[in-house]
Amino acid sequence: MKIVVCVKQVPDSAAKVVVENGQVTWGDAPLVINPWDEYAVETALRAVETHGGDVTVVSVGGENAKEALKHALAMGCQTAILVSDPKLSGADSLLTSKVLAAAIQKIGGVELAFFGRQAIDGDVGVTAAQTARVLGWPAFTLVSTIANLDPGAGTIKVERSIEEGRQIVEGKLPAVVSVVKDIAEPRYPSFMGIRKASRAEIPQWSLADLGLTVSGPVVTWPEITNPPKREIVTELITGGSPQEIAASLVDKILEEKVL
Amino acid sequence: MADKVWVFIDQFNGEAHASAWEVVGAGKELAGMLGGGVTAVVAGSGVKGVADEAFHYGVSEVLLADDASLADFRAEPYASLVSSLAKEHQPEAILFPTTSRGRELAAMVAVDLNTGVMPDAMALEVKDGTVVVTRPVYAGKLITKAMSSAKPALVTVRVRGFTAPEPDASRSGKLTPVSPALNEDAIPTKVAGYTTSGGGVSLNDAGAIVSGGRGISNNPALTPPGGMDEKQAEIWRAQEGFKLIGELASALGAAVGASRAAVDAGYIPYEHQVGQTGKVVSPNLYIACGISGAIQHQAGMRTSKVIVAINKDPEAPIFKLARFGVVGDLFTVVPALTDEFRKRLGK
Repeated sequence: MKIVVCVKQVPDSAAKVVVENGQVTWGDAPLVINPWDEYAVETALRAVETHGGDVTVVSVGGENAKEALKHALAMGCQTAILVSDPKLSGADSLLTSKVLAAAIQKIGGVELAFFGRQAIDGDVGVTAAQTARVLGWPAFTLVSTIANLDPGAGTIKVERSIEEGRQIVEGKLPAVVSVVKDIAEPRYPSFMGIRKASRAEIPQWSLADLGLTVSGPVVTWPEITNPPKREIVTELITGGSPQEIAASLVDKILEEKVL
Repeated sequence: MADKVWVFIDQFNGEAHASAWEVVGAGKELAGMLGGGVTAVVAGSGVKGVADEAFHYGVSEVLLADDASLADFRAEPYASLVSSLAKEHQPEAILFPTTSRGRELAAMVAVDLNTGVMPDAMALEVKDGTVVVTRPVYAGKLITKAMSSAKPALVTVRVRGFTAPEPDASRSGKLTPVSPALNEDAIPTKVAGYTTSGGGVSLNDAGAIVSGGRGISNNPALTPPGGMDEKQAEIWRAQEGFKLIGELASALGAAVGASRAAVDAGYIPYEHQVGQTGKVVSPNLYIACGISGAIQHQAGMRTSKVIVAINKDPEAPIFKLARFGVVGDLFTVVPALTDEFRKRLGK
């Protein structure tokens, strides 16, 4: 099977992200592969371990996105491609999905494109569905289980995590799949994998390479700020037996009229 | 003639999602700024009742697509429907709930109409005729304004972020039947069925959440059954701990949450995880038990209205967010709290 995984480089989830002088900053916290995307990489690797084939990992971003690609290579992906172009700075999800779709088409013969459910920086969470729409492929989003994958017959059956439980859906390949954490525990990169990844030459594609002309993002973020400080006065409930503490706490919660 | 502001009514099995009417509330707010009323798009099979209900909540027109091919939500036929209606009537904005369906639908409609999608709106305003959305990014560590240079503005509205209007069963409006945009043959997927996940209140919809963290496995009063290795014993202790959390949650009609540490340790399934890589929630009441309050957990619950922390470590960062704190043993405090709530709430 020919599989693509789309990944993004983001500030670590433990980072203290703040706005300073109008600029978003996360101090010296590392940039890492988007945590959801590790699950997508794992799912892709398992699929080729079962069915054969290879996994190409693709990222849209600047030079630093190579670190996310190298992480995916170290986990076991065969090939990495960085799509980078000055015209993509400030790209929104619509633009990103058009670029990813073009990259997937340029790679050619792709049967499955995996995504994490969303990136933990912008939290937009629509790129997988949008890439599918641009490609004209079915989208299976929020997938928690791949119940059946049959490359011979060109079919896939998945369970999706929705508000009411799980929806079981089936359809034909090629398809886009976005995954949630339930799907599989991502492996740690092996020592050999890390060595191989560190030496890998990652090809870089520009918009011209993809044959795309773009007119910039539709969505912009004109003003980004720190959240308003909440003035919280913490009242500690102390002393007495657990029953007394509970009685006093319940009084106070009921007074807040939040139930 | 349809209105400038549209809302998509999210339904499952012919029943509107709890957030659907909040979206109507947000739509009315926006219509107050853009002019006109609110038009609702209702799609499904046998969903005339949902359309009637939309009128009760104050929409002026319903575009009703009632067809067997729309019985189960599938993004492709739903998106083609909404896109073709929007191309015909040119609304200024379409609002969706931030549910799995709403987000996916808005995503695809944005591609069809070559416009912007802005998820998880906490507030809406109009500047020089353009809809400006206030939304959290970095799981709420930052807040941004977002706007789309193309129209319509596609906005998913944060669940519990807006107030539903008061329904009035005497209200009605203009019901416009519309046809699906895709035939069944042109739809690339089939829904084979559903499985429900264990019951209980879902985190997304919950007005109150009781969460457990790593500390949930530390009950010294418990002796695990014999024959367990260390890890099994730890998980057994944690599951006993989560029973206490579950009892408090059920006394409150609350959902059960967990920290990433508890999920990663295998104490509870991932669907309960609150935090930057779990669910971002904003209930009226959030009770954190044995949760220290790592940044990534805080990002998922900091906007809860009232936060209560129960932790034996007085230095735990969670206390900085808490309106009420108990420095103590959750294994005695939580059951006492359950009893007290049962007594007071009559459950």
